[in-house]
Amino acid sequence: MSQVTMTVNGKTASGDVEGRTLLSQFLRENLNLTGTHVGCDTSQCGACVVHVNGEAVKSCTMLAAEADGADVATIEGQANADGSLNTIQQAFQDHHGLQCGFCTPGMVMSAAALLKDNPKPSEAEIRDYLEGNICRCTGYHNIVKAIMAASGQDVSAIAAE
Amino acid sequence: MPKDSGIGASPKRREDVRFLTGNGNYTDDINVHGQAYVHFLRADVAHATINGLDTSAAEAMPGVVKIFTGDDFAEVGGIPCGWGVTDRHGEPQQEPKHPIIAHGKIRHVGEIVAAVVADSLEQARDAAEAIELDLSDLPAVVNMKSAAEDGATKVHDDLTSNVCYDWVFGNGEDDAMEAAFASAAHVTTLELVNNRLVANPMEPRVAIGEHNKSNDEYTLYTTSQNPHVIRLLMCAFVLGLPEHKVRVVAPDVGGGFGSKIFHYAEEAFCTHAAKACGRAVKWSSTRSEAFISDAHGRDHLTTIDLALDADNNFTALRTRTHANMGAYLSTFSTSVPTYLHGTLMAGNYKTPLIQVNVKSLFTNTVPVDAYRGAGRPEATYSIERVIDKAARELGVDPIALRRQNFVTEFPYETPVALTYDTGDYHGTMDKLEAAADISGFAARRAESEAKGKLRGLGVNCYIEACGIAPSNVVGMLGARAGLYDAATVRVNATGSISVFVGAHSHGQGHETAFPQVVAEMIGIDESMIDIVHGDTGRVPFGMGTYGSRSIAVCGSAMVRATEKIIAKAKKIAAHLLEASDADIELKDGVFTVAGTEKSIDWGSVTLTAYVPANYPLDELEPGLEETAFYDPANFTYPAGAYACEVEIDPETGKVTVERFAAADDFGNIINPMIVDGQVHGGIGQGIGQALLENCVYDEDGQLLSASYMDYAMPRADDVPFYAVDHSSQTPCTHNPLGVKGCGEAGAIGSPPAVVNAVIDALQSGGHDITHIDMPVSPSRVWAAMNG
Repeated sequence: MSQVTMTVNGKTASGDVEGRTLLSQFLRENLNLTGTHVGCDTSQCGACVVHVNGEAVKSCTMLAAEADGADVATIEGQANADGSLNTIQQAFQDHHGLQCGFCTPGMVMSAAALLKDNPKPSEAEIRDYLEGNICRCTGYHNIVKAIMAASGQDVSAIAAE
Repeated sequence: MPKDSGIGASPKRREDVRFLTGNGNYTDDINVHGQAYVHFLRADVAHATINGLDTSAAEAMPGVVKIFTGDDFAEVGGIPCGWGVTDRHGEPQQEPKHPIIAHGKIRHVGEIVAAVVADSLEQARDAAEAIELDLSDLPAVVNMKSAAEDGATKVHDDLTSNVCYDWVFGNGEDDAMEAAFASAAHVTTLELVNNRLVANPMEPRVAIGEHNKSNDEYTLYTTSQNPHVIRLLMCAFVLGLPEHKVRVVAPDVGGGFGSKIFHYAEEAFCTHAAKACGRAVKWSSTRSEAFISDAHGRDHLTTIDLALDADNNFTALRTRTHANMGAYLSTFSTSVPTYLHGTLMAGNYKTPLIQVNVKSLFTNTVPVDAYRGAGRPEATYSIERVIDKAARELGVDPIALRRQNFVTEFPYETPVALTYDTGDYHGTMDKLEAAADISGFAARRAESEAKGKLRGLGVNCYIEACGIAPSNVVGMLGARAGLYDAATVRVNATGSISVFVGAHSHGQGHETAFPQVVAEMIGIDESMIDIVHGDTGRVPFGMGTYGSRSIAVCGSAMVRATEKIIAKAKKIAAHLLEASDADIELKDGVFTVAGTEKSIDWGSVTLTAYVPANYPLDELEPGLEETAFYDPANFTYPAGAYACEVEIDPETGKVTVERFAAADDFGNIINPMIVDGQVHGGIGQGIGQALLENCVYDEDGQLLSASYMDYAMPRADDVPFYAVDHSSQTPCTHNPLGVKGCGEAGAIGSPPAVVNAVIDALQSGGHDITHIDMPVSPSRVWAAMNG
C-alpha cells in the first residue's frame, strides 16, 4: 500500500492504494465518486473517461499511483457553480442524448475535451472523436446532435427530434 | 403547435439530471456494510468431466471467507425455463437441469465451476487461482447441424439427443405445402444465417445478496429488467425461499436489451451465499465475464422458400430453422424461435399458406435467449430477404412487390395464429418513400458512381407482436408465467401522486413518460407525479419491461388505476359540492358540477380523502389509492417500412451506411422525443448486426469474440443520422391509450434494409451476387465480388 494525493474536482483527496489499484477504482471506491463508470476491461468503451491535467483519460487504464499529484476532473465536478447543468450537460438533456445513462459521464467528459481543442467540430469530426466511447442505447444520433448544439451550431435541420 | 405537457408532448427527461451529473444509482454504486466479494472461477473449456476439485489450498489464502462448489448447490433447484414448448409429435421439450454451479460436468466456456468469497475482490481472485481442477476434456458440440445428427456427442447425457424440440407451426399441412410449391409459377429459395450476437448493455451485470439475521429476510440488488420475475423464479424454483422474505431491488439499470430479463446463477448464488457467509456478498461482472455469461441472442440457420403465382402474388411460405439454445435453457429461450418467431412469419403480407419448422438444439456454448426483438428480427430478416430476392429474380420493383401483397383489411387473421387488429401498410410505405427521398436515389447513385463507388437502396417492411401478452393465449402456448402488469396510484393528501409500476425503466424514460399520462387524465402538472419502479418491496407484482410492453401493458394498468382514482375523487367532490357524482366533470384539475359554476379543486378533494371530517364515511372509504392489474386482450402490432442506402468501395469491400430512414406506425404516441430515441437506438443495433457484430466460436467451443477488441460494437463513426417518421398512426384498438410499443422496432426493421441495399449496390455494379450473410464485413463483400 502507498499513499496517493491528488486534486479531484478542485479538492485535495488522499488515500492508500495497492500498486494495482486503477484510477477508476480509486475514484469509485476510495472517494465514492461513482459517476465514473467501468463498462469494459480492455480500454474500449470510454464510460470511465475523466480529465487528468486537462486531458481526457480512460481512468480504467491508469493506475491511481500514476495520478499522484495530478489535477483530476470527473463528471461530478462538471455542473455550474450554482448546480445547474453546464452547456454540454444541458445540450445532452435538451437533445435526448442519453437513455440508460451509463455511458453518459464518459460521453460528457469526452465531449468537453473535444470542444476544448475544437470549439466547432463538424459531424464527421465528432463521430471520429467519439470512436473510443461506446453507447448501446442511442445509435449516437442525439449524442452527435447534442455536441453540435453545445458548440453553438444550428441543429434544427438534422432529421427527427 | 406541439403540446408542452401531457400525452403527445416531449418534456425533457427528468431522469437525465442525475445521470448527467454522476448521481445515478446503479447496482455497482451500492455497497452494503461489511460486504464480502465473490469471484467466480469459470470454465475455460467447453465440455469436460470434472474428476476432482481441490479447494484446500485456496481456502487457506488470506481473506477467504468460504468457497462454494457444485456440491453446495446439488440439493437446490436448477434455473428454470419459463416456457414449455410442445414438439410436432405432441411431446414436451427436453429440459435438462441448469445448475447454479457446474456439478460433474462442464458444458460451456464461462460456466461457473467454483465461487470464492473473500474480504476483498483481489483476495477472491488470488485464491481462485489456487483451486486445483482435474478435468477430462470431452469433444465440444458447437455446430448446430452436427449437433442435430444421429450419434452426435450429447451435451446432456440424460437427454435422448441434442434436439430440445422439433416444432412445426402454421396452417400449411405437408400435402398442401407440396401442392402449393408444385403449382407455383415461381419459387425463390434462400439459405441464411441470423448471426449470433451479444446484447452488450453498457452496464455489466451486478448482484449483491444481503441477509438480515434478525428477521431472516433477504435483499437482492440486481441489474434486472423485471425484479418480480427474478424473485418468483429464484424463490419458487431455485432456492425454495418464501417470497415474502425476499426483496429484489433493481435500481438504475444501464441498459438491458433483453439480456437482463433472465434469472442468472449469480443472483441466486449471492442471495444464498449471503446467509451461508453471514454477510452481504457482492459480484460485479467484468466485460470479459459478460461475454461468456450473459445470454447471447439470435443464432439461427434458416432455409426459406417463397412461392408466387403468375401474377406475383405470394401463395405459400415455408421455413426450416435450426436455432441454438446453447448449453442450457435460459428463462425465455425456448419461446424465442417458436412463439416469438414462427407466429410472425406472415409479416405484412397476405400469404395464404405458411409452414414453419424450428429445431432447437443444445450446444456447448453460452445459453441463447431474447435479444432486442427476440425472434421477430429473425422472422423479419428471413421474410424480407426472400421477398427482395424474389423481386430481383422476377425483375420487379421490390416496393411494388411488397405493396401488391400487403394485408389491407383489418382485423386480419394470419395463417400463424395472430390477429392483426389494425394497420395501414400502404400509408406507412408512403411515409417512408417521402422520408427516404426514394425518388432522389437515382441521382445519388449517379454521384456515387462518379466517385467510383457502388450505391444501393434497400427497402423492407416489418411487423412485430408487442404488448406481451394475453396471459390466457400465451399460457395455452406453454408460457409458465402470466404476462399482465400492475400499477398502484397513491394520491397523497396534498394532491401529489406516486405511481408504483411493475414495469422497469432502464433507458426508456418511464419516469418522464408515465407521469405525462396521469397528468393528462387528471389535468394537473406533471411535476406533481412521480413513478416508483424496480423494487419488489414497494411496487405491485408486475412482469417488468421487455417485448415493447411497458406503456401498452403497464401503462394500461396505470390508466385503469387512475380511472378508479378519478371515479372515487368525483364521489368525494360530489359530496362536497352537494351534487350527484354523475354530474361531476373533471377538467384541468378542477371538479365542476355540469352546467353550473360550482367547483372544487383537486387538492381540496385529495385533502378531504385523508381528513374526512365532512365525508360520506358510510358509503366510501377514506384515502385515495387504487391498484389495477391489466391483462391485454391481444398483442399489439407495430409495423413499419425502412430504407437504407449504402455505398460500397469496390477496392476494399467496405460498406458505408449513407442514409437510413424509418417510417413506423406505433399507434398513439405519449412522448415523441423518447420514441424517436428508441428507434434511433434500435437502428444502431440493427446496423451493428448487419455490418459489424458477430459472436464466433471455434470448433473447441472457445469464444473468439470475447471482448470489445474482437466483437465489433457499432461506434459513432459507423452510423449516419437517421430520418425517423412516425406520423403514420393507426391506434391499437384494444388498449385504453391506443399505443403499440416502440422499443424493438428499430432492431427488427433495420438489418434486412442494410443487406438488401448491399445486394442492390453489388448488382448495380454487374455482380451476380444474390446474398451475403451478416455481418456483411469488408472481407465477405470483397470475397463475393472477387470470388
